[in-house]
Amino acid sequence: MALDYSQKVMDHFINPRNVGEIENADGIGEAGNPKCGDIMKIYLKVNPDTKVIDDVKFKTFGCASAIASSSMATELIKGRTIEDAWNLTNSAVAEALDGLPPIKMHCSVLAEEAIHEALNDYRAKNGMEIIPMEHHEE
Amino acid sequence: MFVYMDHTATTPTSPEVLKAMMPYFSENFGNPSSVYSFSRKSRAAIEKARSQVAAALNADPSEIFFTGSGTEADNWALKGTLEKAMKAGKNHLITTSIEHHAILHTAEYLKKFHGVDVTYLPVDSEGFVSVKDVENAITDKTALVSVMFANNEVGTIEPVAEIGALCREKKIPFHTDAVQAAAHLDIDVKAMNIDMLSMSAHKMYGPKGVGALYLKKGLRPENFVHGGAQEKGRRASTENIAGIVGFGEAMEILKSRLDEDKKINSERRDRLIAGLLEKIPHAKLNGATGDKRLPNNINFSFIGVEGETLLLDLDAKGISASTGSACSSESLDPSHVLLALGLKHEMAHGSLRFTIGRLTTDEQIDYVLDVLPEIVARRRAMSPLWEDFLKTVKN
Repeated sequence: MALDYSQKVMDHFINPRNVGEIENADGIGEAGNPKCGDIMKIYLKVNPDTKVIDDVKFKTFGCASAIASSSMATELIKGRTIEDAWNLTNSAVAEALDGLPPIKMHCSVLAEEAIHEALNDYRAKNGMEIIPMEHHEE
Repeated sequence: MFVYMDHTATTPTSPEVLKAMMPYFSENFGNPSSVYSFSRKSRAAIEKARSQVAAALNADPSEIFFTGSGTEADNWALKGTLEKAMKAGKNHLITTSIEHHAILHTAEYLKKFHGVDVTYLPVDSEGFVSVKDVENAITDKTALVSVMFANNEVGTIEPVAEIGALCREKKIPFHTDAVQAAAHLDIDVKAMNIDMLSMSAHKMYGPKGVGALYLKKGLRPENFVHGGAQEKGRRASTENIAGIVGFGEAMEILKSRLDEDKKINSERRDRLIAGLLEKIPHAKLNGATGDKRLPNNINFSFIGVEGETLLLDLDAKGISASTGSACSSESLDPSHVLLALGLKHEMAHGSLRFTIGRLTTDEQIDYVLDVLPEIVARRRAMSPLWEDFLKTVKN
């Protein structure tokens, strides 16, 4: 079945931003599973004083929209505080990509989840309270 | 470069076929059912096509019934046979877990609305159905055995002649979906004891919108399309004359060059397979090798990458291919065929199929061998699954 992706999705798929890993990352989060065909891993570097996300990288196994969602989500949280980053919703990611096909919306959900996982990993490591997360089953 | 490697999805109508079809649109447009002499041309054209298709299968022209598609032929064979058999108390259908959806969804329909008992036979890791399994599944309620001639995704050629012989011995009708196989293999319905066989023109350089069901003389499944008396009262609706003419022509041309095509396709197939195995680490070929595989099918899984990303990267390089990944479909499940072969979900999601044919050249094989390893390597480099996989390999 042919899927029509927006130019933004294709741009972020062909040339994804922030691909890779961060050595000694302050927070690492993973979402998805191989069964559904999507796994997303997010690495964060957080400024200890300002709590601003100085750097973020991702690695993703999945379709074009999963890769584009990861790329866009990392762009949206880079330079933001950890509180701001927590409030990034999946629909904001999808919107920034000029929309995703309905069947691919779960890719943006995955990006939100992976970021939440990474932020909670950071919070746990820094003695902060863990924020409860909703888990989306697929 | 435009590299079309999806001949299993469809093929272009060949110029000779199109030429044969052209007079049957605006010129000889008469309805074959009409009485006046003008319509005789249409009738004659259909009967010529029927003979061409029959000859290719070693069937009698009276055993060929044109349909709107291969899917319709499958629907007719299954629904028509089961509906009739159920009147005689037989409600069991035997098929396989790797059939095309035209068979699987029809079987599900029969189960849901008619209470048909369906057995889905498993396949081995190369996609082969066991004849023994067919035999063991047969009961005194079995109305039909339907096993595809060759699989559309992985190209595995099933032991159709053996299954045919078994069914003949047990006096159970045997249907085979030959939509892919008929485009590549020599089929002799008599020698192979095939009772019903589905075909489609657009897989063999004919037009879309026309298929056929071979029905062995004496078999009378219930009609599927009800209406007028076309096709000897067995399949209603005004004939798609141009399409039928094109089908006949395509089949005759195909038959005349079958051996030559088989040879060149197999050589290119094997060169592409060997090249990819050599150039891409941990590449897995799905399906069988050698003459048990359709000569034009190449199907790989690349652990760590997902099929749709590969398709889009290949598309950017001008290459058209296909995948069994869910991500290219409207469902979230990967290919039922690859799962039936025992592939893990992530391997099924990472599958890539090239199907070569008349549009393929040696240069195109080189081109794919040139660009695909780089594409796979780049996508693997951004995959956490690949990273995890490498750890398991090292340990």
